[in-house]
Amino acid sequence: MKDIDIADLRRITELIKTKHSYDFTNYAMSSFKRRIVRILELYNLTVDSLIVKLSQPKFLEEFLNEITVNVTEMFRDPSFWRVLRDDIIPAILLNHQKIRIWHAGCSSGEEVFSMAILLKEMDILHNVQVIATDLDTNILERAKSGAYNLKNMDLNEKNYIRFQGTGSLKDYYQEVNGKAVMDKSLVMDVSFRKHDLVKGGIFNKFDLVLCRNVMIYFNQALQNEVLKKFHESLFKYGYLAIGSKESLIWCDIANKFIVVNNEEKIYKKIKD
Amino acid sequence: MSKFKFNKKYKAIVIGGSAGSFQGIVKILSNLPEHFPIPIIMCLHRLKHVRNGFVEALSIKSIAEVTEPHDKESIKKGKVYLAPANYHLSIELGHYFSLSTEEMINNSRPAIDITLGTSAYVYRDKLIGILLSGANRDGGLGMKWIKDRGGLTIVQEPSECMIDTMPKAAMGYTNIDHVLKIDQIVQFLKELDKQYIK
Ligand SMILES: C[S@@+](CC[C@H](N)C(=O)[O-])C[C@H]1O[C@@H](n2cnc3c(N)ncnc32)[C@H](O)[C@@H]1O
Repeated sequence: MKDIDIADLRRITELIKTKHSYDFTNYAMSSFKRRIVRILELYNLTVDSLIVKLSQPKFLEEFLNEITVNVTEMFRDPSFWRVLRDDIIPAILLNHQKIRIWHAGCSSGEEVFSMAILLKEMDILHNVQVIATDLDTNILERAKSGAYNLKNMDLNEKNYIRFQGTGSLKDYYQEVNGKAVMDKSLVMDVSFRKHDLVKGGIFNKFDLVLCRNVMIYFNQALQNEVLKKFHESLFKYGYLAIGSKESLIWCDIANKFIVVNNEEKIYKKIKD
Repeated sequence: MSKFKFNKKYKAIVIGGSAGSFQGIVKILSNLPEHFPIPIIMCLHRLKHVRNGFVEALSIKSIAEVTEPHDKESIKKGKVYLAPANYHLSIELGHYFSLSTEEMINNSRPAIDITLGTSAYVYRDKLIGILLSGANRDGGLGMKWIKDRGGLTIVQEPSECMIDTMPKAAMGYTNIDHVLKIDQIVQFLKELDKQYIK
């Protein structure tokens, strides 16, 4: 593996910041560095030639697709999804007939389909408005198409079984040309949009925000900024779910939330 | 007297292990001097989708509490950390952890190379790397990076390993400082402990 130094990383992030409307300055250093090295190897570039290429808008889009880490699963952490189904969603339903959910950093959509299946099995799919966003346009297209590699379905199926769904994951997809094509009616009402958590504004209010395994790519300063946006995007008593190995306790905004489930990292906004 | 020479103060220990390393890890952790003066960071191959159980199994046997760090958690002395299931564990320049879900490396997530490599970058020559029994090459390059940055490298004696691919890979990549049996590693840690005034 090649190594590049911090000065080179700064040159890259500075250029992107001044030439384009993205800011990677506050991404967590070690994984960002590995991503840059990976891009250099993939395109066979030096840091200097990468910087030249980055001025081209067309390449920038490709760069965004490669710099992001898109690894995801359906029903990742099955116990988390059980808590959503058994505790969180019923609690929201006590106060709201219509529920609004935001998947921030939805990647290729496995999380969105998991949610849709959960809601369908609760028989409330059509009472829920879901917005799914990501920075990476390529991956959003993949999410919209809802077609996955069959070899990933093994793991998804195992997770679904641990989630203890009412049927079988096979009820929700068909095998077409070696792909698992998800039932489109599941995400009929989902709005997939490009949105940048770093530069983007607040666009709606939600009962539940899921942002799992996204902020791990940010440093703490940026996590604080993004958490402020989530706080503003939630109704009072709305819920925020982060990845199972993330934590709110060090954040500026921690006192405006309470822990609802520490194991699954689900928080509730209690102060405006 | 002592066969180990300590010419500087180390700031952290990283341990990598895979198939056949569990017994060795348990022996090391259960014989660790109390209030061990520097953090121990472990990256062990483990079942990807079993989130619970492993850290508890190690904690029961360990002198010091074993925890799985959260993303951006600070690294503290006296603590033993274990890379969580299904995440890569990196060490950042401000002496804290960060997690990521990047592609698997050598079929592994957590990948030992990532934890060892980022530790070497942050702790440079103040790092001790230990690689135990294992069935693939993960960790071999990481040990080379530790050595290249001036750190101290130790592998488990291949003849004692259930599967010796991992330590042998490291020995192929670089000149390992000490090739030791688990009992000797325990002894090494006891002597290291004495270097620190408490
Ligand atoms: C590892 S995936 C997480 C997918 C899913 N939430 C899960 O937990 O499995 C991280 C996603 O965050 C997205 N991302 C990274 N930076 C972002 C930003 N600034 N704004 C929005 N999304 C971002 C990436 O494109 C990627 O799809």
